[in-house]
Amino acid sequence: MRLVAEGLSARRGEDLIFNDISFALGAGEALVVTGPNGSGKSTLLRVLAGLLMAEKGSLKLENGPPEMRHPSELSHYLGHRNAMKRELTVAENLSFWKNFMGDSPGGSGRDLAEAVEAVGLPGIAHLPFGYLSAGQQRRMAMAKLLVAHRPIWILDEPTAALDAGADKLFAGLVNAHLDKGGIVIAATHQPLGLERIQELRMTGFSGVDGGLWHDA
Amino acid sequence: MIALFLRDLKLSIRAGGGAMIGVLFFMTVVAVIPFGVGPDLNLLARIGPAILWIGALLASLLGLDRLFQAEREDGSLDLMLMQETPLLVTVFVKCAAHWAATGLPLVIAAPLLGLFMNMDELAIGATMLTLLVGTPAITFIGAVGAAVAVSLPRGGLLVSILVLPLAIPVLIFGVSAVYAAIEDPAPFLPPLMILAAITLFFAVIGPVAAAAALRHASD
Repeated sequence: MRLVAEGLSARRGEDLIFNDISFALGAGEALVVTGPNGSGKSTLLRVLAGLLMAEKGSLKLENGPPEMRHPSELSHYLGHRNAMKRELTVAENLSFWKNFMGDSPGGSGRDLAEAVEAVGLPGIAHLPFGYLSAGQQRRMAMAKLLVAHRPIWILDEPTAALDAGADKLFAGLVNAHLDKGGIVIAATHQPLGLERIQELRMTGFSGVDGGLWHDA
Repeated sequence: MIALFLRDLKLSIRAGGGAMIGVLFFMTVVAVIPFGVGPDLNLLARIGPAILWIGALLASLLGLDRLFQAEREDGSLDLMLMQETPLLVTVFVKCAAHWAATGLPLVIAAPLLGLFMNMDELAIGATMLTLLVGTPAITFIGAVGAAVAVSLPRGGLLVSILVLPLAIPVLIFGVSAVYAAIEDPAPFLPPLMILAAITLFFAVIGPVAAAAALRHASD
């Protein structure tokens, strides 16, 4: 499986946010998108997740399942918002997403208890999501990545509101996903402690600098 | 999809959900009518079906604006847009859950309120039946308005204004079916059939239009 983006550009209103971005990611590879605030990281990720139309360019998945229409169907998207309901318990939230999303071909999601254990918060899945602290909520949102299998993870500032321990734990989860042949695209300010990464530096309205991406 | 239906039902029953608000509003509106109109029992019985239908229509509009807005605010809508499941199926299931949580209680509360309006058994039965057939149409029409206004912070009023004109045929045929049932010469079935046709029509058109609006509202 190989995710190829060619000459992507996107617009918000009148403004061209970025222009001519290309990259190719094979199984087990990660792309870290860096850059100052407002440089278009989130916009790029939303384009990759199929939530925004690209102005130009194409996004293709080579060797993917034949019946797929857009790579977003094989992607997890963890945005700024956690996509969990405050009124429902953590377990209800996670089991809803597990059932609703289902598994992509070629893997299966972990069960709830295991996923909650993996993000380091066993024993609080019975609480309403709204009772948790911001950091705990973010960790539970990550557990969502584990309960339904998706080969591509698109992560927007995944470690915002997390402590150092959780940073490390999260890097572990991402590395485990890469080891299984997954693809990770993450926008972040913090170093994630990942291996095998490409870096894409967004420079804002002027486009992207130089060689588009370089191996870190 | 059953998971989505159950989740939306749960959410509407838990604190902050809209299930009780609609039915309480319905009861408030209908319960104050006799005080305003006065103790003329014949008049109350005559306007009863119309008052129940108007109350049910307004109560159904309450809370419609949150149908997609709540999903958008916490980011769930993004994930729903990304799935392999066609978005219109997701929208249809959400509408069905919304109707089960807010429309069905109105149908169940209607007999009690019919008594307030001095309606006889036949009129109460006919009103319940037409509400059962007609209120899903209001939800499906409302879903389109809710999807159009999804990114507006105070979209509630706009949704009502968008939806109300389209819901007028539902009101007309609902009320005329009830009157046909209680007044002899007019036949009951034709208006009921048209009401059912309106519901089926919007059950198809509504989710398609709402899904298209949601796709374009994402930013």
